[in-house]
Amino acid sequence: MSLLSVRDLTVKFAMRDNTVTALNQISFDLAKGERLGIVGESGAGKSITGFSLMNLLSRPGYIDSGQILFGGQDITQLSEAEMRKIRGNRMAMIFQDPMVTLNPVLTIGQQMVETLRAHRSLSKAEAEQIAILKLREVYIPSPEERLNQYPHELSGGMRQRIIIAMALLLDPELIIADEPTTALDVTIQADIMELLLELCQSNKVGLILITHDLGVVSQMTERTLVMYAGRLIEAGPTREIINDPQHPYTQGLINALPQQTLPGQRLKQIPGNMPSLTAIPTGCPFSPRCEYAVDHCRKILPEIVRYGQVEVACHEVSRLQNTNFEEASA
Amino acid sequence: MSSLSTNQPTPSRFSRLWNSNMGYSFRRNPVAIVSLAIFLIIAIASTLAPVLAPFDPYDPAQIDIMNSEYPPMWVDGADPQFFLGTDDQGRDLWSTILYGTRLSLLIGLCAVALQAFLGISIGLVAGYVGGRIDSLLMRLADIQLSFSTLMVAIIFLAVTQAMFGSETFNQYAIYFLIAVIGVAEWPQYARTVRATVLAEKKKEYIDSARVLGFGPIRIMVRHILPNSLSPIFVISTVQVANAIISEASLSFLGLGMPPSQPSLGSLISSGFDYIFSGSWWITAIPGVVLVVLVLVINLLGDWMRDVLNPKLYKG
Repeated sequence: MSLLSVRDLTVKFAMRDNTVTALNQISFDLAKGERLGIVGESGAGKSITGFSLMNLLSRPGYIDSGQILFGGQDITQLSEAEMRKIRGNRMAMIFQDPMVTLNPVLTIGQQMVETLRAHRSLSKAEAEQIAILKLREVYIPSPEERLNQYPHELSGGMRQRIIIAMALLLDPELIIADEPTTALDVTIQADIMELLLELCQSNKVGLILITHDLGVVSQMTERTLVMYAGRLIEAGPTREIINDPQHPYTQGLINALPQQTLPGQRLKQIPGNMPSLTAIPTGCPFSPRCEYAVDHCRKILPEIVRYGQVEVACHEVSRLQNTNFEEASA
Repeated sequence: MSSLSTNQPTPSRFSRLWNSNMGYSFRRNPVAIVSLAIFLIIAIASTLAPVLAPFDPYDPAQIDIMNSEYPPMWVDGADPQFFLGTDDQGRDLWSTILYGTRLSLLIGLCAVALQAFLGISIGLVAGYVGGRIDSLLMRLADIQLSFSTLMVAIIFLAVTQAMFGSETFNQYAIYFLIAVIGVAEWPQYARTVRATVLAEKKKEYIDSARVLGFGPIRIMVRHILPNSLSPIFVISTVQVANAIISEASLSFLGLGMPPSQPSLGSLISSGFDYIFSGSWWITAIPGVVLVVLVLVINLLGDWMRDVLNPKLYKG
């Protein structure tokens, strides 16, 4: 049985005079210990997905319909108190900027002990022992001293390690990492990602990695979801998606990587911008920017269809394959 | 960094405070040093009133009406056993001022504690919960603020005095004063706290606290409140000074502490009838004490506001 199973999740935002659909019928599964990447442009709904899984959408956002089955339990139906027992305990979340996610006025030790004691009946000394153990797991040097330090005394990379340690504190089954390295510099990014991968593998923790960095996704995850304007447009094994993307948008994303361009060449960016959620075009939301779009793309919303090893929401996927094949052979 | 701090013992609480930003700025600010010194002298002397005072002004057996209106020592016709002279009932003014200051400080601090408790709780809830509850609580605060403190206090105290009779009222005057000054000024706290909560609530560490599964009360009290403390400190000093003034005004108007148990205000009031008959000291000396007390508290508040305001940091 899968650890997490999201079925037709629709999230809406109640604005003053209309409601905006931020997530539209998202469905995916995550097996125990599996690592899943969610990629897409800014505003595609990646972070909203993360917050919905925690059932922590703040007003005016709300889950309109759909199910989130976590360990067989639909968490959209749970009360706030029941949900609090899951948050931090069975499901943890890591945010983007480690400089602001720790409480500035509490020491590292106070924050870790508080987290442990909120979920388990432990004495302060026992909780501190666990905290030290977890800090050691994330390779924090001399963890005993760190407990008495305040966040401002530590560097960004060190803080992100501490945040990872806090996420692992209660041995969760799932970690949602929302762009965990965007705010860090490149060398530390690699360290943190490697650490996260190692910890997830050794502890059999499921990981949902929300990012716009396809390179990170290809190293870290087994499966990938590509989102566009609040919809899932392609899902499948990461290797397939990176090596043989089916949806024109995914192809565009991969072609836009600087590595795909020769020195001196212009980057191959996708023309146009993602539509705002208040003005999503009819038919395929990507059609205005899609070079392969034909008439019915602009009229009919494509269903998600299975194509080879991936699922993709595109009418023209089989035609695309043929044209690509012809281009390649020609 | 780690190798440095390994070999050093953790500094004590006092030396940490002394070496902090605030400690540094304090040492560089003569006004703050003098103000704190004077405040501490007044506070300690009045707390130790039963030990320091040569007479007990609450004990009728020690009061002799024949001793009334002796001038202070440096004026002709003084009695050497009464250092600052005596009041109209023959009480030693020095002892009475000590006891009165104690009462004034006590009422001021307790009233501010009550204000802070009410204001902080209401402000936290309003800011954190938001929406209708926020609007409701803040409109209540606006209504409360549109009445002046003194007016509310006068009406309340006058009504209670009439209701309970002046004997019972005098017995419980101190509680009434604390309650009325405390309740009348809570919006000051509520508004400030709400404003800082609104700013803090948006920060990511609050999101991460929610993600860790903490409940709203724990997040409010343990995560938001400690991050909103600096404006609370600043208001508190100003409010203590205000509360002492309010208490003195009410007592001066005869709605506060009774003459048998005088605070600074009722002492000033009781001397006021004699000010033109030459006994200026009964009003003037407690008046000076009141002014100095309120002044040093305000100066300390000013200094604290400068230190705790991050916008005023120079470098």
